[in-house]
Amino acid sequence: MEWEVVIGLETHTQLKTNTKIFSGASIKYGAEPNTQACEVSIALPGVLPVLNKEAMQCAIKFGLAINAHIAPRSVFARKNYFYPDLPKGYQISQFELPVVGKGAVTIQVPAVGKNAAYEKVVNITRAHLEEDAGKSVHGAVEGMSGIDLNRAGTPLLEIVTEPDMRSAAEAVAYAKKLHELVQWIGICDGNMQEGSFRCDVNVSVRPKGSEKLGTRREIKNLNSFKFMTQAIEYETRWQIETLEDGGTIQQATVLFNPDTGETRAMRSKEEANDYRYFPDPDLLPLVISEADKDAVRAQMPELPEAMKARFEAQYALSSYDANALTTSRDLANYFVATVEAGADAKQSANWVMGTLAAKLNAEDTSISDSPINAQQLAQLLKRISDNTISNNAAKQVFEALWNVEGSVDDIIAAKGLKQESDSGAIEAIVDEVLAANAAMVEEFKAGKEKAFNALVGQAMKASKGKANPTQVNDILKKKLS
Amino acid sequence: MALSIEDIKKVAHLARIEVSESDAVATLTKLTGILSLIEQMQAVDTTGIEPMSHSQDLSQRLRDDIVTKTNLRDEFQKNAPLLGNGSTEQAVAGGLYLVPKVIE
Repeated sequence: MEWEVVIGLETHTQLKTNTKIFSGASIKYGAEPNTQACEVSIALPGVLPVLNKEAMQCAIKFGLAINAHIAPRSVFARKNYFYPDLPKGYQISQFELPVVGKGAVTIQVPAVGKNAAYEKVVNITRAHLEEDAGKSVHGAVEGMSGIDLNRAGTPLLEIVTEPDMRSAAEAVAYAKKLHELVQWIGICDGNMQEGSFRCDVNVSVRPKGSEKLGTRREIKNLNSFKFMTQAIEYETRWQIETLEDGGTIQQATVLFNPDTGETRAMRSKEEANDYRYFPDPDLLPLVISEADKDAVRAQMPELPEAMKARFEAQYALSSYDANALTTSRDLANYFVATVEAGADAKQSANWVMGTLAAKLNAEDTSISDSPINAQQLAQLLKRISDNTISNNAAKQVFEALWNVEGSVDDIIAAKGLKQESDSGAIEAIVDEVLAANAAMVEEFKAGKEKAFNALVGQAMKASKGKANPTQVNDILKKKLS
Repeated sequence: MALSIEDIKKVAHLARIEVSESDAVATLTKLTGILSLIEQMQAVDTTGIEPMSHSQDLSQRLRDDIVTKTNLRDEFQKNAPLLGNGSTEQAVAGGLYLVPKVIE
């Protein structure tokens, strides 16, 4: 039987605020245990939550970015469960009336093997504001668990999709797109190691063509795209094998073990999902007016989709190039700055995504920390365009710029990389080469095309690589015809 | 809606409240009374009335995103319970609150 996998994602994005969602305690990462756990965070009796305005604005930003309905009135609810890192005994979340309603994200699924790349729309069911729980620390004291409540109350936006994805590749393409988007609009720092962007993936399988959804298992807390791929592929195989062996799938929460590459069901607790949600009487409904939305809209950056379309139209870039350049705002801004400093757009795109991206990757740094700024890159590209240096020499200048050896023109002068474009001088070199390589000339005249390239090589060598290769070609052609 | 003793026990368990057999019976009577009151209220025709999520018809006040809380950990941890088993030490170590070992 042919099977189809059905995937939906729930993503917890930590909002880029200074303080917690319901109190004025800092959310800075890495502080000493409990030094950022105020009376609200540790749930002392008598404290009251007050909503952080910035958290609301982040939610509005996200809603606008995915073209979603933003609820004029949304309600905070208590999700009740007991766990030591949740001292109140409930998490403040949103249930029936979330702040962000239905929206959509367009994803680009990359080509895999014989399958070509394609575009797909993933529908967003909802996004709601909630607080994070604290952290349990094991092993600090024998026989005990330590509780650090610094994270308790950190603002999260939980973004839930429809079960729209049909492969691990689609799920990862969506997660990456969302990861880019929340950083683009500045609501999340996207740091997956620190847990700022965590994905829960719901996976089920069904016979291909069936309309009915299979029973799903939820893979919790995936914090890398690589693990997400591995976990979904393993889980899908496991579910298909279980069903083909005549078994059934029990709804469960599973954890992915990166060491074994396997998913394993967590001990299922009875009534584990009986959260008894009810509206939190400590919080009034969150009212968002048209004016609130307009204020946020005014601060919104141009969105990646719009920028991509603009790059295609304004700079005549291919859809592929425009898409790659709009994966992050820093990258897009760098590209624009390079073009605005006078470089050719297509050439800038090639260098930003080629040589520069490769170097940033090799040095494990980001474009915002690049030692070569956009103006320097533009100057380098201009020196290629005006024939001052060859492409090969440009690579050397690039390396020198990276090592902060000076300006483009200083480096070209210091390294003697200026290419010879004086046609008289090149002609003299070509004449010498032709005289010294009579055998090659004969071969070429006898119809051996390869001999021509060998002659070009000799001329380049004779000029110590400085002759303009295009001119060498032209002059040689003329002399040999 | 008729409640059973099992419902009482389940709700008590979810709320981590210990209820003896006799308490469960007494609680069943009280809760049944409350539910019948709710049934009476549900009989009222509320067509056209917007549901409320709070008893006051107000909206949520917002707070500016500015750090106002200082580190009061040492003060708060003076309230931590004792370790148990007759220990006079408080259940804190290295800034952490200590609880019986939790294993997922």
